[in-house]
Amino acid sequence: MRRLWSVLHARNLEFLRDRGTLIFTLLLPVMLVIGMGFVFGGPERPLFKVGVLTEHIDKKTHPFLGERYVDFVPEPVATTALHKLTHQQIDLLVDLESRPARYWVNTDSPKGYIVEKLLLATDPAAQRQPVTGAALRYVDWLFPGILGMNMMFSCLFGVGYVVLRYRKSGFLKRLHATPLTAFEFLSAQVLSRLLLILVVTAILYAGISAIIGFHNAGNMALLILLAVIGALSMIALGLTVAARFSSEELVGGLLNVLTWPMMLLSGIWFSLEGSPRWVQWVAHIFPLTHLLDAARAVMLDGAGIVQIAPNLLFLAAMTLVLLAFGAWSFRWRID
Amino acid sequence: MTTAPILEVRDLVKEYPAATAVAGISFSVPEGICFGLLGPNGAGKTTTIEIMEGILPQTSGEVRFRGEPLGARFREAAGILFQKTALQDFLTVRQCIALFRGLYSHGLDVEQVIRLCALEKLASRDARKLSGGQQQRLLLAIALVNDPAVLFLDEPTTGLDPQARRNFWELVQSIKAQRKTIILTTHYMEEAELLCDEIVILDRGRIVAQGPPRQLLREHFAEVLLELPRHEFPQRARELPLKILDASDRVEITTDDLEGTLRTLLAAQVPLHNLRIRPANLEDLFLDLTGTELRP
Repeated sequence: MRRLWSVLHARNLEFLRDRGTLIFTLLLPVMLVIGMGFVFGGPERPLFKVGVLTEHIDKKTHPFLGERYVDFVPEPVATTALHKLTHQQIDLLVDLESRPARYWVNTDSPKGYIVEKLLLATDPAAQRQPVTGAALRYVDWLFPGILGMNMMFSCLFGVGYVVLRYRKSGFLKRLHATPLTAFEFLSAQVLSRLLLILVVTAILYAGISAIIGFHNAGNMALLILLAVIGALSMIALGLTVAARFSSEELVGGLLNVLTWPMMLLSGIWFSLEGSPRWVQWVAHIFPLTHLLDAARAVMLDGAGIVQIAPNLLFLAAMTLVLLAFGAWSFRWRID
Repeated sequence: MTTAPILEVRDLVKEYPAATAVAGISFSVPEGICFGLLGPNGAGKTTTIEIMEGILPQTSGEVRFRGEPLGARFREAAGILFQKTALQDFLTVRQCIALFRGLYSHGLDVEQVIRLCALEKLASRDARKLSGGQQQRLLLAIALVNDPAVLFLDEPTTGLDPQARRNFWELVQSIKAQRKTIILTTHYMEEAELLCDEIVILDRGRIVAQGPPRQLLREHFAEVLLELPRHEFPQRARELPLKILDASDRVEITTDDLEGTLRTLLAAQVPLHNLRIRPANLEDLFLDLTGTELRP
């Protein structure tokens, strides 16, 4: 017991004197509670999501709009809205301004079947327009999310911890005594991890595609370009975190602070459509959100480079800014 | 013979929030010699050598390599062996050397360096599985890959057994024979005496002695040193008009009048059957200049 106490006491002292880690450890749960409260708190979630073909929804214009447990989302562009309906991102699409009212329903959607009954109960004359084309399976929608999540963990933790280990062992200090520059060192780390990520992602893609019977609707070369730029942005993020710290606990905590919100908000598991606007805005700070938005657009909708250009530009800009910041703040040795 | 300095240290100061590690030192290192930086723990040796290596910024003062501030030319021309260096995991000895060779624009062939440091039989072995002496030979090989004009060795033999240490000294002497400039810090005075042509002794961030070891010994010491077991040295003899120094388990008396000193000791009835007489060495000089008390 005395030996256990001695080790416990020494470890506690080590932890308490590592101020960065201590502050962070106390701050993380508070931030998680606040974040979860914002994202998942508030009134109970609606059961159905219905797109309304209009710029702005006025609930007094139609009795259907007064239904409870239904989230009515304005859809100004019909083609986009129909696309969402096909992919079951919305359960029903209604045009309540036409006389009689028209609605589109995805015949493969169980939720669509129920919400259609609700509409017809308030407006029996509404005209039905069934959506044609294959419905999007959840697994197809999830597939890019799984690839992206694997990429995120490998990029952030794989690179961050390696640099930290090099610094703590003194290997970085030895490299510093050579003509090698910080930019060259960081670039080598980026390229090494990028190669690994691309190989792993390709294996995952081929394997999961074969198992779930996935068919890529877009251009494979564009998808590879997106994977390269997306991986680069997340590797750069991992390097920036590990650029100067020497505490595993602090770096681990910071990496968790980045991965948790991305896990929840970047759309790996569920779409954030219908969530508060500020949540969507926050989600678009993260590289994974842009990577997944663009990947789904290419893989599921067959989008071209023009459609995903904003995502590509964001990821490329983020990579450059983070790499420059990482090189600037890089420390070869423990301060 | 005076040769142009390859390195010049001018008014070097390094301050940390809690202490001054280097308090304004100046010296120059002529090309082609082995230059020793000696001093007790905390004297500022490692801080000084790391500033000279260009990996630690100084608070003030400057270090010049061939008349220029340390820069890209210096990094290409310097070879460094730190006190402690970890290498990348899962690499063989040959791969470790090749990794560092790739960081320099010119240098020796990897196989040449392997032969130079007698690593032929270990070249394919995992670098993590080397003994202490073998590890130091590998680190020396890495320090030599760029065929450096100046080689920094920071306590290179600390922790090695006597055989490995002597083997390492032979390697350093073979490098010295090629007229390379070597900057050496060490706690082993025997090592400094054997390898160094010129030394600087630091204490509390300042230079307390500088010059060739033999010259410093002549300047600071008489010809001989008498050693007696401490427990056999009577208390009353401490009052004798002699230069007496306590050194762990023995008492040391330095003198230039051996016969007179022996007569004095006999007259004071000091037992002399365990007396040892030897010339002063660098360790005596070191203790004389820096004291014998344990540093905090």
